[in-house]
Amino acid sequence: MSALSEASLSRYSRLAWLAGLALLIAAPFVGLYPIFVMKALCYAIFACAFNLLLGYTGLLSFGHAAYLGAAAYFTGYLVRSAGFSPEGGVLAGTLGAGAIGAVVGLIAIRRQGIYFAMITLAMAQMVYFVWLQAPFTGGEDGLQGVPRGKLFGFIPLQNDIAMYFVVLTVFVAVFLAIIRIVHSPYGQVLKAIRENEARAVSLGYDVDKYKLLAFVLSTSLAGLAGSLKTLVLGFATLSDAHWSLSGEVVLMTLLGGMGTFAGPVLGAFTIIGLQDLLADRVGSWVTVIIGVIFVLCVVGFRRGFVGELLAWRRQRAGP
Amino acid sequence: MEIFGIPLQAFLGQLLLGLVNGSFYAMLSLGLAVIFGLLGIVNFAHGALYMMGAYVAWLLMEKFAVGFWWALVLAPLVVGALGVVVERTLLKRLYKIDPIYGLLLTFGLALIAEGVFRDQFGVSGQQYAVPELLQGATNLGFMVLPNYRGFVVFASLLICLATWWIIERTRLGSYLRAGTENPALVQAFGVNVPMMVMLTYGAGAGLAAMAGVLAAPIIQITPLMGSNLIIIVFAVVVIGGMGSILGSILTGLALGLVEGLTKVFYPEASSIVVFVIMAIVLMIRPAGLFGKEK
Repeated sequence: MSALSEASLSRYSRLAWLAGLALLIAAPFVGLYPIFVMKALCYAIFACAFNLLLGYTGLLSFGHAAYLGAAAYFTGYLVRSAGFSPEGGVLAGTLGAGAIGAVVGLIAIRRQGIYFAMITLAMAQMVYFVWLQAPFTGGEDGLQGVPRGKLFGFIPLQNDIAMYFVVLTVFVAVFLAIIRIVHSPYGQVLKAIRENEARAVSLGYDVDKYKLLAFVLSTSLAGLAGSLKTLVLGFATLSDAHWSLSGEVVLMTLLGGMGTFAGPVLGAFTIIGLQDLLADRVGSWVTVIIGVIFVLCVVGFRRGFVGELLAWRRQRAGP
Repeated sequence: MEIFGIPLQAFLGQLLLGLVNGSFYAMLSLGLAVIFGLLGIVNFAHGALYMMGAYVAWLLMEKFAVGFWWALVLAPLVVGALGVVVERTLLKRLYKIDPIYGLLLTFGLALIAEGVFRDQFGVSGQQYAVPELLQGATNLGFMVLPNYRGFVVFASLLICLATWWIIERTRLGSYLRAGTENPALVQAFGVNVPMMVMLTYGAGAGLAAMAGVLAAPIIQITPLMGSNLIIIVFAVVVIGGMGSILGSILTGLALGLVEGLTKVFYPEASSIVVFVIMAIVLMIRPAGLFGKEK
């Protein structure tokens, strides 16, 4: 592909991102329920964090809900029962999730490929059982009634619009940070590992160190999503850490387009919107529908929305 | 009589229950290993197939008045046939691409199965009776052995060893092992590899279903029974390594026993002990106890 079309592609991408941002800024003023959009944004952060691993490093973590759930519990407990400020709670949740990620990462990177997926899934299940029995998580009931408090002591987050713009700001920051990481020399090494791990090793890169750092980054950002979600919705429950959520984040990324910046965001909005739309109408068929989308994506739509769009544009741009 | 302050009967009872669970781990990890070897797919749907085996047997008994022994044969055949259909229509599209897609596709299939069964039968458990022949218990002197549990351990071991014998000692098994090494070459020698792959997946599905039929009288049949089990079985597979069939069987049984022991001495940890062992094994011997280092 010529440099010119690459430049024009990225120009189109930027225009699309700006249009998306404009939509998100306008969303609460044009009648969209802010809580819903905030929830979707939290899952968008979650999917973007996951995509950093699957899309750019080629690691399938099949237990990412563990980190979202851990941060949700940490933030919920600290803000509700230990008097933490919202920003302190979010920071602690994010760091806590990253710490768990570091431990799991150290164990999981000892195997490659499909084993990595199985190990991360098993470790996440272990974390789930710990939450089920730990005294501070409230067991099956979860932590209810987490207050939003005042950000930096003066912005009242109880106001949905204020909360909305905080979440949107964090989302934009994460989105830009991931673009920055991927385009950095470090990100290029991650891509090299994705394409051919053996060659990256032979070029002298300490692949394990790169993978571990990517894992910690991704799990911390997943934690950030979980912390914010707890503030927005006011509760943290076991379903935040359940394996079905780990599956859903894979689906969000796959459906939107793995290895693309905007893909996971679109995927998250699609899946959360779908669940919201269907939950009251079809009961347990939601699971079936999610499963069917999964199968269809894997069989015939592996590039996802954004991947297909980019491929189509490339085809038109280049000979 | 007591052992470490615990009544011997309770201790042996837990140990037996551990052995029962261990034989299910063994049967399921065996099927997973064989399917992974030939198809290169980590079959997340294995838990769903196990669950379907239990439900099909229950339906056969409740609605069609089929006896337990017939259900034990028919349910695996029904689920195995379903497996063949899945392999022909879906899995065969994935053999040339990254194995993570196989995991994701079968994950989707497991969700579909779970959702459909939850819609049809709810989340409350079903159970069917132990066949008359195996009701009651035998007093062994040092413990009272419920006949059915003894039978389950014996039957699972028999099935596992039969599978081992077929794969390691028969001509069919040698084709299978050769197909795992180099399918193109085996095809060139005139073996119908796609047919073999199809039947392998069907047989693996049937094996999982048979474990489900055996499990149902002991545990509750629920739509979620499969996914709860499959994650533990994944850990079992990581611990044992997928290299050796006898290794999978031994690992499965041993981990069931360890879990049973943990239930006696430190019940809070019994749900996580397998995962802890997995983490330790990975630190010491990443390829698994019976796996080969690449």
